[in-house]
Amino acid sequence: MSGNGRQPAAGGPSVGVPAEGEIRIGVYVCHCGSNIAGVVDVVEVARWAGETLKDQGVVISRDYRFMCSSPGQELITDDIRDHGLNRIVVAACSPHLHENTFRTATARAGLNPYLCELVSIREQDSWVHTDKAAATAKAKAILAGGVERVRRNTPLDPLIVDINSATLVVGGGIAGIQAALEIADAGFPVYLVEKDPSIGGHMAQFDKTFPTLDCAACILTPRMVSAGTHPNITLLTWSEVTHVDGFVGNFTVTVKKKARYVDEDLCTGCGICQEKCPKNVIDEVYEAGLGYRKAIYTPFAQAVPRTPVIDRENCTYFIKGTCKACEKFCEKDAIRFEQQDQELTLEVGNIILATGYDIFDARKIAQYGYGRLPNVFTSLEFERLTNSAGPTNGRITLRDGVTEPKTVGIIHCVGSRDRNFNNYCSAICCMQSLKFAHLVKEHTGATVYDFYIDMRTAAKGYDEFYQRVMEEGTLFVRGKPAEVTEAGRLPGEEGKLIVQVEDTLAGRQRRIPVDMVVLSVGLEPRADAKELAQRFGISCSFDGWAIEKHPKLDPVATMTEGVFIAGCISGPKDIPNTVSQGAAAAARVLGMIQQKHMKLEPIKATVHAEQCSGCRICNTMCPYNAISFDDAKGVSGINAAMCQGCGTCVAACPAGAIAGTGFSDEQVLAQIEGLLSVGADGTPLKRSAYPLAHHQGDGNRPTPTDVRSSSIEETVRA
Amino acid sequence: VSRYLYYPGCSMDGSGRAYGESLTAVCEHLGLTLAEIDDWNCCGATEYVGVSLSPAYALIARNLAIASKSQTEREPLVAACSACYLNLAKADSYMKERPLLNERVNVALDAGGLHYDPGSVEIRHLLEVIMNDVGLDKVRASVVKPLAGLRVAPYLGCMLPRPDPDHRWKNHERPDDLDRLLEALGADVVDFPLKTECCGGHMTQIAPKVGLELIKRLVDEAEHHLADMMVTVCPMCQINIDAYQGEMNALFHTKHKMPIVFFTQLMGVAFGLDPKKMGIGRELTNARPALKKIGQVPVAAAAEVTPAHRPRPDKRALPMPRMAASDEVPAGVAPAGVAPAGVAPAGVAPAGVARQ
Repeated sequence: MSGNGRQPAAGGPSVGVPAEGEIRIGVYVCHCGSNIAGVVDVVEVARWAGETLKDQGVVISRDYRFMCSSPGQELITDDIRDHGLNRIVVAACSPHLHENTFRTATARAGLNPYLCELVSIREQDSWVHTDKAAATAKAKAILAGGVERVRRNTPLDPLIVDINSATLVVGGGIAGIQAALEIADAGFPVYLVEKDPSIGGHMAQFDKTFPTLDCAACILTPRMVSAGTHPNITLLTWSEVTHVDGFVGNFTVTVKKKARYVDEDLCTGCGICQEKCPKNVIDEVYEAGLGYRKAIYTPFAQAVPRTPVIDRENCTYFIKGTCKACEKFCEKDAIRFEQQDQELTLEVGNIILATGYDIFDARKIAQYGYGRLPNVFTSLEFERLTNSAGPTNGRITLRDGVTEPKTVGIIHCVGSRDRNFNNYCSAICCMQSLKFAHLVKEHTGATVYDFYIDMRTAAKGYDEFYQRVMEEGTLFVRGKPAEVTEAGRLPGEEGKLIVQVEDTLAGRQRRIPVDMVVLSVGLEPRADAKELAQRFGISCSFDGWAIEKHPKLDPVATMTEGVFIAGCISGPKDIPNTVSQGAAAAARVLGMIQQKHMKLEPIKATVHAEQCSGCRICNTMCPYNAISFDDAKGVSGINAAMCQGCGTCVAACPAGAIAGTGFSDEQVLAQIEGLLSVGADGTPLKRSAYPLAHHQGDGNRPTPTDVRSSSIEETVRA
Repeated sequence: VSRYLYYPGCSMDGSGRAYGESLTAVCEHLGLTLAEIDDWNCCGATEYVGVSLSPAYALIARNLAIASKSQTEREPLVAACSACYLNLAKADSYMKERPLLNERVNVALDAGGLHYDPGSVEIRHLLEVIMNDVGLDKVRASVVKPLAGLRVAPYLGCMLPRPDPDHRWKNHERPDDLDRLLEALGADVVDFPLKTECCGGHMTQIAPKVGLELIKRLVDEAEHHLADMMVTVCPMCQINIDAYQGEMNALFHTKHKMPIVFFTQLMGVAFGLDPKKMGIGRELTNARPALKKIGQVPVAAAAEVTPAHRPRPDKRALPMPRMAASDEVPAGVAPAGVAPAGVAPAGVAPAGVARQ
């Protein structure tokens, strides 16, 4: 890296024949239709740059309607050829969107792509301001920062890494099963890791699926069997990923395979052990707390694999040291009380996370009485209640297990669309509630009240189903119930649960007595979502949902190369969407595998060993686990393939021993100097966090014009 | 903090005398110093805010200004009457939110040489101070005469837990603070479903039939749960249920005799203080027969309420959902992404913080 900012011109055709070391910058200001030009005077910005920044090396400055279009890109390639440009600055949208476009264009003209900088005057300027003069001044400042920076850019070469063709899929619900099958069918090895004793996930708990009402088990179990028997799929159930090392193409994953206390090779899954086990345990997972299982169990009849596990905490042998009923009756002598947890190390090239969701804890909304009033059920409990393999063999009964309800109230949006709990819509509850209404009618003929805020039935066949349920005679009440109480006081309320609700269509308060209340609880991120995200180096939102690389255009990728997401890990989804995402993530992984090698961005941090004091502060701060400590040398070192160039360590190093390739102190300081060189009114300018500013702009939220952003590495340092 | 500023409000020397007497004794017993602020005035109760907002809030804020002036080290201002507490808390919170109201109120205060900066005084209710600052462990340790055998219906009324701008109550839709306190005293606590329902307020004056009907609902339900007495935190609730029970009986041809006392009175009794000094006997519906049950075999509990509608569980019965231990129960209100307004009071973690 150069210390004085004077760089030899990078290779490339030099028609303009620049003098040795001469910097020739081309500046391109994009209108983006009216997105930028509507607020920023782009023509003036381009004119200003051409004149004022001449001394900085700007030899040509243009504005254009759409820089990202082919003719826009051609402007750059032609100018490089015709004017001997050796640096490019494009002032347009956020680098998150088009940095790659313009760097590729630069490379097409033979110039090293890292000699091109994209500065954002859209998300960080035109979209967040209305004062045209101030926004134009700010655009000039942002552009000046880019020019100062690009002067100090050096040519960089990407790293090339091999891609291991094996894939890790975490989570054996329908998303993970779908992804694993797609990849396995294409001929590549897959490790499918599931924390429960069987794959199947939440879908295996359901009875019917909306809107077609086909039986969940009937459509799911064939897939489960395929996944269990596929020669390319290694099934690791009752297992959890504990550690992830490495980087795209070359991950090393540690998996804890919990002791089953059953020999998987010998066990035939005959089930005699479960039959003979004397210990009944409430099944909090598969039966949602509504039914029982034994201490040695497979969660359900069609479990894959069929090998049971012993629940150590409830097993009489593990508690008291005697019993061993399972061992006595096992014809294959497959019980292994001495089995230990195992640690497996897997080498994979890509990872798909499909860890699903938890349901909202209905006990948090005390006024609905869940856990206190026996006949208040959650939606998941109700699924088990209607399931013919469930605790009541599919009979819909009150908590006594006997009485059939004559009136049922179904409450939507429990824990969703509620600023006290989760602001978001859980997407599936309306359809789930309609399905319940239908099932109650079908099984019992009871009167059904459906309490909704808004009915959201936006997908194929969904609204038709809503109409069908309406025709079946379910009574819809628009309003969010205030409470469910056992305190009746009017005739007809004795012994009932009373739903107190404001009927917002009728415009009055109503008290509706029912026998049973079903709470359509929302979906939440897994309780350990944040730890999981950290383990795999991906980010999640404040709520805990995983963040996509792009919410619309790249919904199954993450900001971490080689780690993909599918299903409800990124937010509530119905089954069709979940399955689509599983397949989409698989397609992305197959694309990676087919490349065999891949190029990595050369924007990296490096440690100057002679300046490193070995304090290890950077080791723990790196969000990508890319820094390790070399005990022999007593210094820290950065794995270039894992480094994502975020700059955290550069900022954290107390000795200043870490430098960024592509974001040296010099480049960063020069950019800041440029940014601050043009004040709208001469007042000192505040700095802000770039990603925040990007989102601010994405949402078209107004921002003060003296908030100026430069890209991520610098703000980490500020 | 063990020193608090104290705003008694008008009831404490009048209809709520039993409350004033017992809370003074109980606080002294627990080592809480309540320093009554000088020259306080009426909070306006529930009426004035319905007439005109600016003068109503000026009236309330005058007390806040006096409290703010008498602070030596940011002591919280404690009120024990629900209406007083709510009015003080609302005035503070609204002045924070609404610059114009803040300005108008301060113009009015200025005429009396006073000024109030919203947020400068932390406003708390006595029940919440006892729950959070004193703690149930200390309460339990102070009990010498457990209330075993006394079946009580905890009744908070509608004004205490909501609105709850500073997220002081763990669950303001169905608060269980009073339940837990009474349990700590050893009482047999009824899960009272109407604990936050309205007592009728001043409806007993304006539209007696409406007021009496609301009182009847509460007393009926307490009776249905075989409660020996109701326990409240609010002078308004107490006087309505206590004093109007006769009229209610006459109107509905019922024969209820449901005593209602303040929670501090029962604390005093459990702490072994003289019941008379706790104001027991001041109530119109005599509480003494109920208090005699303390220490006796709990008749009501033995004949546990089994409403006829709940069929007896048999082998086929489904298990109830597992409930977390009471202190594990997730905070009722954990606003995701909504930062609690104002400064988090020391020692009281607003429910919203836990999620961050």
